[in-house]
Amino acid sequence: MPEFTKTTLSNGLTVLLKEIHTAPLISSWMWYRVGSRDEAPPLTGISHLVEHMQFKGTPKYPASMMDKAISRDGGMWNAFTFLDWTTFFETMPADKIDLALRLEADRMRHSVFDEKEFASERTVVASEREGSENEPLFQLGETVQQAAFRVHSYHHEVIGDMADIKSMTRDDLYRHYRTYYVPNNAVMGVAGDFKTKEMLGRIKELFGKIPSAATPPRLARPEPEQRGEVRLSIEGQGETAYLQAAYHFPAAPHPDFFALSVLDSLLAGPSNLNMFGGGSISNKTSRLYRALVDKELAVSLSGGSTTTVDPFLYYITLTIHPKRMPDEALAALDVELRRVQDELVSKEEVARAIKQARANFAYGMENITNQAFWLGYSEMFADYGWFLAYLDKLALVKPKDVQRVAQMYFRPQNRVIGTYLPSGKGEA
Amino acid sequence: MCAQRKSSHPATTSFPGPEDIHRSVLSNGITILCRANFNSPSVSIAGYINAGSLFDPDDKLGLADFAASALMRGTEKHSFDGLYNELESVGASLGFDSGIHATGFHGRALVEDLPLLLVLLSETLRQPTFPEVEVEKLRHQLLTGLAIRSQDTSDMAELTFDELLFQGHPYARPEDGFPETIQAITRQDLADYHRHAFGPRGMVIVMVGAVEPKKAADAIGRVLGDWKNRDQVDALLMPELKRLDETVRRHVTIDGKSQADLIIGTNGPRRTDADYMAASLGNSVLGQFGMMGRVGKSVREKSGLAYYVYSGLSAGLGPGSWSVSAGVSPANVKKAGDLIVKELKRFIKGGVTKEELLDSQANFIGRLPLSLESNGGVAGALISMERYSLGLDYYRRYPDLVKSVTPSDVLKVARKYIDPDRLVVAVAGS
Repeated sequence: MPEFTKTTLSNGLTVLLKEIHTAPLISSWMWYRVGSRDEAPPLTGISHLVEHMQFKGTPKYPASMMDKAISRDGGMWNAFTFLDWTTFFETMPADKIDLALRLEADRMRHSVFDEKEFASERTVVASEREGSENEPLFQLGETVQQAAFRVHSYHHEVIGDMADIKSMTRDDLYRHYRTYYVPNNAVMGVAGDFKTKEMLGRIKELFGKIPSAATPPRLARPEPEQRGEVRLSIEGQGETAYLQAAYHFPAAPHPDFFALSVLDSLLAGPSNLNMFGGGSISNKTSRLYRALVDKELAVSLSGGSTTTVDPFLYYITLTIHPKRMPDEALAALDVELRRVQDELVSKEEVARAIKQARANFAYGMENITNQAFWLGYSEMFADYGWFLAYLDKLALVKPKDVQRVAQMYFRPQNRVIGTYLPSGKGEA
Repeated sequence: MCAQRKSSHPATTSFPGPEDIHRSVLSNGITILCRANFNSPSVSIAGYINAGSLFDPDDKLGLADFAASALMRGTEKHSFDGLYNELESVGASLGFDSGIHATGFHGRALVEDLPLLLVLLSETLRQPTFPEVEVEKLRHQLLTGLAIRSQDTSDMAELTFDELLFQGHPYARPEDGFPETIQAITRQDLADYHRHAFGPRGMVIVMVGAVEPKKAADAIGRVLGDWKNRDQVDALLMPELKRLDETVRRHVTIDGKSQADLIIGTNGPRRTDADYMAASLGNSVLGQFGMMGRVGKSVREKSGLAYYVYSGLSAGLGPGSWSVSAGVSPANVKKAGDLIVKELKRFIKGGVTKEELLDSQANFIGRLPLSLESNGGVAGALISMERYSLGLDYYRRYPDLVKSVTPSDVLKVARKYIDPDRLVVAVAGS
């Protein structure tokens, strides 16, 4: 694996660089430690709205000019807001990357947040939420998540509640922006066809003078242990029922995360952590597929967790077979979970999970954007060493570790069960 | 502005071309294209067979799609679970999907597992057994998929759009069928369809990854070179498409939705038409460039009516379509629709400015390295070269091809296809 360098500038901006000379491309990512977990009502969704407004221009680079400049050069750019972070990236032909660096440096500090632009962006985001609300699985996921977190701010969806989207003001957003978008709260990851010394020099020129500010606080209200299983159901249109089981799960830096990753592979097929160009390994010989889909209790299933700073959730999501009820599928799910708790899994199954992870890593290496993504992403919940050591850590997992974490985390007392029932097919 | 900075040792990767694409044709008619990429220890395969829903009888619509999904449900050597166990145990993948003209396949593996991937591809193409039990399981999964489709505003708007635009033409039919047609398909139908439609003649397979191209082609020849099928039927000819006489509208009601999907559009060029590139660049200005071009500026940026609004060309072997899609609040459907039609009128009245065209031309050329970065990206490019007879030197000629388009070419192609008095307006939502 090519080498990387990690530097912290005097203003606190952390910079990770990795030379990759396989294609004439450079991908640059700017990560801020702010996400939906840093929000409380009536400002849920504010991080996501601020992310949108970052595309609305600075005095130097008005909105239309930024967009046009990147597109003309054949670049790709976008941004994402999640629970713990907000990120902005540009992937450009290597000789055009300077434009992206200048834009990113400028909008760390000089975004305008024009009142009129905000008025129309507010309705764009409302429309984004309405689009999500069309989906039964969004409705179910949102309800399950809020039941799983009573205290922790992982309680609400990243996009926020409609009431807040409609009521927050331009000044609320600007305050949020100025509080969190400071170099000492940011990590920059750049990978691709450059020389490290030159790139670092240019980054120092562009970003080094941006003043640091008070380190923004993180909203951290630990979720108390759940007191027994929570069950809920919602109803909606359609003919199809869904079931979601969400288990409280450790944060990514926790040592149990690796045994749980192996368990995830066994139960529901390997989760793919790549954001771009990752694999699409199917899950048709996973234990849960065999027990639920092969046995015609469900027509499809997925399972997986995500990498977070604080403990979040592992989700198992089932699309229920049209001739079955959710409770029948849940009973079969529980039989399988008891099996991994009661019986040791084989060494071969563990080895298989490790091979699957190795394949996903190789697929992710085809793509420079994805490699640049990992530089900063891993720093949001651990550090880049976490990513580099991932396969080695996975290789240390033993069948008894898998059994122990299955017993510890996959307890009914530790879960929320949610069902989506099509109205008219309701009495489960 | 700062001067552009050039790396002193730029990456040497160039775009695929005649010197680094290995192309050969097996005696049974299979065309092979391979290109090496040693940047990752992985390999991608992709390809197609000339068999799709064009063959489907109306009362068994969805047959080709059902059959494509059923190929992996069991072969003479492997059960469904056995097949997937081989693939998933090594982190490989293989899948089929069916369109109107072709059944496509795509697979991926670590290079050490390429032999396995090829053997399983050959087996599923040539020796599927369509086991009764698995066919019934699959049928329920497909029916659930159709039940979900009926609740999906975007899917239903697209289905309605095609039905109205391609009236009387096979393109009017959804490839995944309807619940009653999926119910009507028997196991024997699947086996019969496979026997007549699947064969080596006209098949294309491409491989991109950490293998020398000649070795890759030999490996493919070893597993597929002896495939013969005397019963293989050639693809059907398509009837001519009748153009619309007037604007047609349809609103499909789906209860309980907070957002409606809207598609407004008309006919478009074939991928092989000489004016495809002009249409493609015009489309970029209309609803792609930057944050979704002119319609994005009007409907999203200025009016805040939609999170997504964009225009698209759907261009393949047969008649294409050219449309603008948007997801909007049910109360704003008319307002958004009016803005879109206004942009279409402006587009055919004045075309695009020189400046706008230059922007999109720069984008088309500049984005090539990004689109041709991964094995999957290159595989897709090789397939298009072969399918639409673009030539192995297509990406070498591409910049000139793009730059040769003028504003008057764009205006001409826009007026050829878009007539604001003869549009399809399809809406799905509450």
